Amino acid sequence: MMYGYEWDTTTWLTYTTSILPIILIGLTVTLKAAAAGFAIALVLGLAFALLRRSRLIAISWTTAVIVEFLRDTPLLVQLFFLYYVLPEFGIVLPAFLTGALALGLQYAAYTSEVYRGGIEAVARGQWEAATALNLTRMQAYRDIIIPQAIPRIVPAMGNYLVAMIKETPVLSVVTVMEMMGLANMIGERTFEYLVPLTLVGLIFLLLTLICSAGLHRLQKALPKAGIPLR
Amino acid sequence: MDWTAYLPMLWQGAFVTMTITLASIAVGAVLAFVFGIMRVEGGPILSTIALCYTEVFRGTSLLVQLFWFYYALPLVGLSFDPITTGILVLAAHAGGYGAEIVRGALSSVSTQQLEAARALNFSRLQTLFRVSLPQAIVEMMPAFGNLAIETLKLSSLVSLISIADLTFAAQSIRNITLDSTSIYSITLLCYFAMSLVLMVAIRVVERLVRRGQAFPQMPRS
Repeated sequence: MMYGYEWDTTTWLTYTTSILPIILIGLTVTLKAAAAGFAIALVLGLAFALLRRSRLIAISWTTAVIVEFLRDTPLLVQLFFLYYVLPEFGIVLPAFLTGALALGLQYAAYTSEVYRGGIEAVARGQWEAATALNLTRMQAYRDIIIPQAIPRIVPAMGNYLVAMIKETPVLSVVTVMEMMGLANMIGERTFEYLVPLTLVGLIFLLLTLICSAGLHRLQKALPKAGIPLR
Repeated sequence: MDWTAYLPMLWQGAFVTMTITLASIAVGAVLAFVFGIMRVEGGPILSTIALCYTEVFRGTSLLVQLFWFYYALPLVGLSFDPITTGILVLAAHAGGYGAEIVRGALSSVSTQQLEAARALNFSRLQTLFRVSLPQAIVEMMPAFGNLAIETLKLSSLVSLISIADLTFAAQSIRNITLDSTSIYSITLLCYFAMSLVLMVAIRVVERLVRRGQAFPQMPRS
């Protein structure tokens, strides 16, 4: 993907402007990976949270151990595990999907705790009302509990999305060419690492500052719209 | 090659991981307190410096920071060996998050406590060290515990700047034997075990801190 791009290392300014288009392509990969990983984390995290609350001790304990394991081991090693071990069992995924899956698995462990907190914060009376209406446990979760739990966990989920964006550079080790992977590659060819890496750092800083400002506003706006956050 | 043959190499790597993690936690804790206190107590200049520090280290990715310092420091004439660079960057990263924890805990000390200290004619430093910090430090412990585990996990990234830690050892063995499944399973279990040990250690420290609280049996009226 580096074909057709030329860079000019005479001054740092020309260097920056000449590599900016490539880095911005990397930015889209970064954002896509974070979005895919976040989608996986949202779905899987809810599944973990519900299984953790299962009445069968065997299920709830197994889930607890899996979540704890995912949470206490490094993303990098999990990523290597998926990347090298899945093909041995005949599951060959593109590097991008493997990366998104690793991100999603690690963050599912985090989001499951958020879901759990949100579900536990729903008033007991809601459960009692659901029982009185003769709803099954599944129906109560689907129609009563989860719809009330979700709005109040939005800010916490947002924080994890920001954290996830900052972890995507790890995916570059399995050949996902996101921003930092590209910056490194440019550095390898020009022997000039400082400018590309600084540029990537600044883009990350800008990205997280914007996201945090947005989240801050959201956190102010939600209680006004009648959604209690805690 | 039997999987037990990997263990000596993995153990060496695990030792490096533990050293780096503990050193980064120690240095990071110092940075966290220095910058956290600067945020709350420092004047406009000091608190702005601390704000910039926390925003930069929390706002950019750790891997970018690692590579940046790995390649950039030699250009300004400072060349450390990779291990020192790794420890410094991990510590600065943890310190950025830690400073926010310290700031949060310090600003949650109730204003009556500060007013009482003022009424007793405590100086600012006395108020900080005898009133605010002893109460705030107890509040900080759970968050610091999470941060310590996070640091252990993030220490795996130093393998990418050629430090022979546990992840690096796993990678090198895999490159020779291609026996991915058992190597990465053992490695994941090693990290899990280290996390659990670290968690127990944190509990012990937490209990010590709680016991050493300034007024453990302060009568409530």
